Amino acid sequence: MSDDHDHHDGNDEHELRVSKIRDGTVIDHVRGGQALNVLAILGIDGSDGEEVSVGMNVPSDRLARKDIVKVEGRELSQDEVDVLSLIAPDATINIVRNFDVVEKHRVERPDVVEGVLSCPNAGCITTSGEPVTSRFTVLEDGVRCDYCGTIVREEIASLIDT
Amino acid sequence: MRHDHLITSKQFSRADIETILDYAAEIDDDPSAVADRHAGTLLGLLFFEPSTRTKMSFETAMKRLGGDVVDMGSIESSSVKKGETLADTVRVIEGYADALVLRHPKEGSATMASEFVDVPLVNAGDGAGQHPTQTMLDLYTIRENAGLDDLTIGIMGDLKYGRTVHSLAYALTNFDAHQHFISPESLQLPREVVYDLHQQDAPGIREHDSLEEILPSLDVLYVTRIQRERFPDENEYQKVAGEYQIDAETLEAASDDLTIMHPLPRVDEIAPEIDETEHAAYFEQAHNGVPVRMALLDLLLSDEAVLGGDDDE
Repeated sequence: MSDDHDHHDGNDEHELRVSKIRDGTVIDHVRGGQALNVLAILGIDGSDGEEVSVGMNVPSDRLARKDIVKVEGRELSQDEVDVLSLIAPDATINIVRNFDVVEKHRVERPDVVEGVLSCPNAGCITTSGEPVTSRFTVLEDGVRCDYCGTIVREEIASLIDT
Repeated sequence: MRHDHLITSKQFSRADIETILDYAAEIDDDPSAVADRHAGTLLGLLFFEPSTRTKMSFETAMKRLGGDVVDMGSIESSSVKKGETLADTVRVIEGYADALVLRHPKEGSATMASEFVDVPLVNAGDGAGQHPTQTMLDLYTIRENAGLDDLTIGIMGDLKYGRTVHSLAYALTNFDAHQHFISPESLQLPREVVYDLHQQDAPGIREHDSLEEILPSLDVLYVTRIQRERFPDENEYQKVAGEYQIDAETLEAASDDLTIMHPLPRVDEIAPEIDETEHAAYFEQAHNGVPVRMALLDLLLSDEAVLGGDDDE
């Protein structure tokens, strides 16, 4: 059984819960419960009028439970996709044009993420109102602040600078 | 590759350290040989935290090289009180001085500040982060007293917030040093530092909550102050403080050759009765700050490609 966006088999019932899009991006295989963090990391809150569909905790062969995010009218940049990997390392990105998936790829972990996460260390200079962009080196199992050295392994999504 | 800023002891390779210590020893032997080397050079001192030893030692070092210092003065009398950012402060002062020395209470402050200036910037302590020039004078003192190879060192006290400890631990990974970290559980080394030490394949890293079992095997015992203010409850402080104090009775179990160091200031971690023994090296350690900082400043202010080691940090 496949749970790809454009296949309609045993998952039809689940797919129907999240409508197909005409043009835009489908972010599939997001770990269950992370969809809203995916939107946060992309800076999508609906205020710009984007049409966004979210499916949460739907059954998945690969992940048991997965989230799906569909954003109409927007194709994600590689930078955005890379940053997504921090909270959705198994995600697949489907670029949809005229209802067809024209590109499909997995996310890749970047070496560094800038301006996306806030350092959780209250003693870090980046939290002090200085004109500095946060910068984290991506480790195998977390991220590390380039300024104070703090390592974060869990709940990285909670550091998203919204 | 030449490195213009001195931010962390991670910058140093073993070769760098040996070059710096050898040069510091030369200067120590004959300071007059470099007395006019930097005549006309101004060093900017930006101390956002109180400091006596480090600040005076940089000032002395610069003046002994023939230069002078410009001092931001106390925070209370500076524009920082008016809300100026550190980024602005360093950009202004770099227009006055040929190099900057920064002490700041926030971790990562020196890294950030170095991104805003073109003159060399020296980290003189960034919060609980790093204090690399202290590490150089610590290594100098260790080499003089015990040697840096096949060293067994105990590092005891507030290891969580102790930037001198973090810097020293990193630098010692360049040598065949066995490091024993002794502290109350609440003041253990930050996990980030432990992670780094393991990443660098440090040969022997062990953590203890008591000095007793490890003391006889130590060549060097590096003591830091357990700060009362780190404990939310005075009773909690009182419970641990006594266990981490060194007196003559403690040293009965130590080797005759044990060298005791402390970055100072001390409060009651080392009893005054130790001062006159062969073990005490902490005042010598403080004095070593001048020749070591003279060597570092000279190298930073010259065009010699010495600081920074083989990597590209």
